[in-house]
Amino acid sequence: MASIFQAVGAAAALSSSNSFDSKKFYLSSRKSVSERKGSIFVVRSDGRMSSGRVDKLVTNAVATKADSAAASTASKPGHELLLFEALREGLEEEMDRDPRVCVMGEDVGHYGGSYKVTKGLAPKYGDLRVLDTPIAENSFTGMAIGAAMTGLRPIVEGMNMGFLLLAFNQISNNCGMLHYTSGGQFTIPVVIRGPGGVGRQLGAEHSQRLESYFQSIPGIQMVACSTPYNAKGLMKAAIRSENPVILFEHVLLYNLKERIPDEEYICNLEEAEMVRPGEHITILTYSRMRYHVMQAAKTLVNKGYDPEVIDIRSLKPFDLHTIGNSVKKTHRVLIVEECMRTGGIGASLTAAITENFHDYLDAPIVCLSSQDVPTPYAGTLEEFTIVQPAQIVTAVEQLCQQ
Amino acid sequence: MASSFSAAKITQPLPLNTTTTRSPDNPLFSSFKCSPPASSFLGSTHKLRIQRPTSAWSQTRSGTVVAVSDVVKEKKLKSNAPTANLLIGANAQLITKEEGLEVYEDMILGRAFEDMCAQMYYRGKMFGFVHLYNGQEAVSSGFIKLLKKEDSVVSTYRDHVHALSKGVPARAVMSELFGKATGCCRGQGGSMHMFSKEHNVLGGFAFIGEGIPVATGAAFTSKYKREVLKEGDCDHVTLAFFGDGTCNNGQFFECLNMAALWKLPIVFVVENNLWAIGMSHLRATSDPQIWKKGPAFGMPGVHVDGMDVLKVREVAKEAIGRARRGEGPTLVECETYRFRGHSLADPDELRDPAEKARYATRDPITSLKKYMIDSKLASEAELKAIEKKIDEVVEEAVEFADESPAPSRSQLLENVFADPKGFGIGPDGRYRCEDPKFTEGTAHV
Repeated sequence: MASIFQAVGAAAALSSSNSFDSKKFYLSSRKSVSERKGSIFVVRSDGRMSSGRVDKLVTNAVATKADSAAASTASKPGHELLLFEALREGLEEEMDRDPRVCVMGEDVGHYGGSYKVTKGLAPKYGDLRVLDTPIAENSFTGMAIGAAMTGLRPIVEGMNMGFLLLAFNQISNNCGMLHYTSGGQFTIPVVIRGPGGVGRQLGAEHSQRLESYFQSIPGIQMVACSTPYNAKGLMKAAIRSENPVILFEHVLLYNLKERIPDEEYICNLEEAEMVRPGEHITILTYSRMRYHVMQAAKTLVNKGYDPEVIDIRSLKPFDLHTIGNSVKKTHRVLIVEECMRTGGIGASLTAAITENFHDYLDAPIVCLSSQDVPTPYAGTLEEFTIVQPAQIVTAVEQLCQQ
Repeated sequence: MASSFSAAKITQPLPLNTTTTRSPDNPLFSSFKCSPPASSFLGSTHKLRIQRPTSAWSQTRSGTVVAVSDVVKEKKLKSNAPTANLLIGANAQLITKEEGLEVYEDMILGRAFEDMCAQMYYRGKMFGFVHLYNGQEAVSSGFIKLLKKEDSVVSTYRDHVHALSKGVPARAVMSELFGKATGCCRGQGGSMHMFSKEHNVLGGFAFIGEGIPVATGAAFTSKYKREVLKEGDCDHVTLAFFGDGTCNNGQFFECLNMAALWKLPIVFVVENNLWAIGMSHLRATSDPQIWKKGPAFGMPGVHVDGMDVLKVREVAKEAIGRARRGEGPTLVECETYRFRGHSLADPDELRDPAEKARYATRDPITSLKKYMIDSKLASEAELKAIEKKIDEVVEEAVEFADESPAPSRSQLLENVFADPKGFGIGPDGRYRCEDPKFTEGTAHV
């Protein structure tokens, strides 16, 4: 618990020292989106709704082009909030909308969640809808599954994503497989969410990158949020999905600030997000590494490169359309992830791109992952464990020379 | 009966500790005892483990089993009979003719179905691990026949008979075992994963203990419906079945805690058949009296002879009633025995033949039959007619399963996601599930 408070502090420090305001929206159109979107609609940050040929909404987390930050904040509609507040807003809207939506986990109720994502919900909805559970991850996760089978739509909070390793059997065997083994009779509309990733010196157990562990589970979708806008939109989409969804949040991103629309919106669970269009190379990333990539992008732009940055967002399944279009344009791919190198998201992404777009590649795919080590405590070693912006710059330079 | 149960001291969390619980002088136990105070069941299991655990345990067990539940104890005192079969014959009011016939039919169905499974397994009609329920029928029939359709059952890998008792047609279960498309899970579950949404069978769970949290969740839904969704008439009860081996697993303790904490409408039914495959309950458990773990969590713990369906039914009625009235969970330990090996792949060489023989004489079906005839609730001919009817049902189930089609390839990818958009977006920008290969089952996912 002590470590969690540290992490909150660290996140606050991070957000104050960096401008992560993502005010810039890039619009592009895409064929057949309307078929795919179904009932999902998109509201742009200026509040206008898109329909028909749906425009793709993109947030640039770090301003890199001329027209960015200045015009944005005060004059635009919408409201500004932090990422954890955006998650809470999404949660609250869905709880208002559907009384079957409930939250369970450690300290989600009276305490308001270790990262305050559920703050204020228990007084509003009562102790049963926002259920403080004993510290028994395997059992309360199983309980959520039983509740989902019998008609509720629970959201399970792992106080730290790592704790969910204790619920791995329930997540894998029951969340992932039970719809199938029951011959389609029972659905498990559960959302499993919580803070993960490498924080600030939280030690190995609290600094896990579990995407690699969960990605092989059949029947589960995985998304990672990275901005207040997509955090809220993905939270709402995950709650409404009939499939079990694991929503990855990052301990260091909770205090990111962004202006988001006042109107209701929802993100597409399966779509990637174009962060920065470019011509020279496709950089695929997600979660916190998005910001390391954007930091590197600044340097790269100054050096004359024009990288395209895509936040893949859906870690399972991959949005092969967005990724493919980019590969076809740039012919070079760099993957930057915080995940474990062996059997990680990057490894799967590499395989998927090779399988589908090999002919378009002018150079081998390069994957920058974290080191396959237990995350060290010491700050210096921890820094060496995860990918740093300078490595990204070097990798892009090398790739673009090929 | 209701009052005797709920007013029992056992409903209060007791300040138990190792020393007092094991002492023969402990009032909790002395009041229940009908066997000599030197009972090794109540005393040192340590000694037993070193000496001959199996035979000593079995002797002890058959001696004490009648007396531990308050309910049963009271009945016993009234009837004043000393043996394990005391309830049979002594309490003619325990069951009506109709109830008796229903329970008898259900037990016969369970037995005949499982015997047929063994035959079909050896004939190569079904594969994998098949765990049969023979000998334990009194537990399934004694409990599940008291449920309403809306009530839920959560089972283990030994789940065929729980599904049958809950009303899943024999043909659907047999067909599932044959791996056919007409099976209750379309052939996608198999022996250890029986589900029926229609009958609220929430599944066979193949790993030890994992079904208990799911059952707890179903019970949570009942409470949620009543208190949050304001469905005032929702009084659905969930039964969680599991074995003695599971009672050393964390999920058991975690869920006893949560169920008692939130007064969930659930009954934890332990089918203590003495053996976790080859691990004797005594060799695995520091205190083998599982029912005692109920009071430790603030819920009643009841110990009942699981070879006697009437006793099981008495206890079940009260436990289910408590849950339905919103009075919270109950832990029921049913002492039973499996007449076959752990699964059909188990040579069953470890268990003492004398132990098996002893339990064979306590066959729950034979006992019920004798009771029905002795107390003139049914004639031999009536019971024979039931047996004949069930034989036909089981035969028909086999025929149905045999003639049913195997699942077609198109089924392969159908139930991976409830919303098939979960397969994602393909390179062409369309959802991959829109590709005909997904409906044909030939796509590579």
